[in-house]
Amino acid sequence: MRSGRTIAVAGLLLAADIATSTLSANDIPQGERRSGYSFMSPDTQAIQNDDTTNPGMLWVLDGEALWNSKAGATGKACADCHQDARVSMKGVAARYPAFDKTLGHPVDLEQRINLCRARHQETTPLRYESRDLLALTAFVAQQSRGMAIEAGTDPQLDPFVARGHELFMQRQGQLNLGCTNCHDDNWDKHLAGSAITQAQPTGYPLYRLEWQSLGSLQRRLRACIGGIRAQTYDYGAPELVELELYLMSRARGMSIETPAVRP
Amino acid sequence: MASALINVPARAKRGDIIEIKTLMSHIMETGYRHTAAGEVVPRNIITSLTCRYNGAEIFRADLFPAIAANPFITFFTVATESGKFDFEWIGDRGFTEIASASITVE
Repeated sequence: MRSGRTIAVAGLLLAADIATSTLSANDIPQGERRSGYSFMSPDTQAIQNDDTTNPGMLWVLDGEALWNSKAGATGKACADCHQDARVSMKGVAARYPAFDKTLGHPVDLEQRINLCRARHQETTPLRYESRDLLALTAFVAQQSRGMAIEAGTDPQLDPFVARGHELFMQRQGQLNLGCTNCHDDNWDKHLAGSAITQAQPTGYPLYRLEWQSLGSLQRRLRACIGGIRAQTYDYGAPELVELELYLMSRARGMSIETPAVRP
Repeated sequence: MASALINVPARAKRGDIIEIKTLMSHIMETGYRHTAAGEVVPRNIITSLTCRYNGAEIFRADLFPAIAANPFITFFTVATESGKFDFEWIGDRGFTEIASASITVE
């Protein structure tokens, strides 16, 4: 009886806490938010600083070629509708994932590109992590480089941001860890030799030296979820998009770095 | 879709030591890896990079399986005259790529 009441009271306090404040106790204060870039060695930073040394630019160049190449039954290129990406795609990546009215849920940039392929080019979707999809995504996202992230402001996205937040806080896997246990609580420490960062998704798709390739935020999330020995979500799963959306709204105001370089 | 990124200074003074940076898109598959089924993934690497300055070879590198994907190679040379740098990468499976960059020497 007594323990039951304690639990009920604790539950009420928790509910009140969530209701009254979107900032939970362990959120990173706005002024202390740092891009993963600032955790890197000067050598790795130098690779990102120069577009002729940044391997991510290889994908951007490929993406530019794809942007202008015709595809699908309608024989349209991205450029036939969107013209010059430097103008039309400026700021787009800063707003993604965004709500798709037809589907009734948020889609990330990769999914938007594939929706465009299906709806307007009438062709098959590009496979997740395929060179072409990464290249197009990197090319589109690079047009927003230096701009402030503004994802998640659309009120229709609120429930999805909230679910992403829940997933971020939820302990799971054999190691029983939530994202927050490392990336909110311990970001100034190290895990073995590697810096634990704040998980700010400012530079995706990005070139990881470990991958020797460009990779998406979903790939990064799946690697982390595997790392805590939990069941990974499939590429394109709503949970991954919700996590992406939460992370992007958590990083609101930080600058896009695409294509970033990370160790 | 191989592509190269080249960084050569657009202009330099005669006698200046200049840095040339090259980045080539390539998977650099070592030939030592196996698939889940146990089959060897065949080697597929770049084997050489050559740079010519107005036709004269000034740099050559042989590449081996221990080199990471998307090889980034930099080297130095002396700016002697205005003209062109020609780069050529050669590799397994008939891989060849060329790129060039111009320099003005004052």
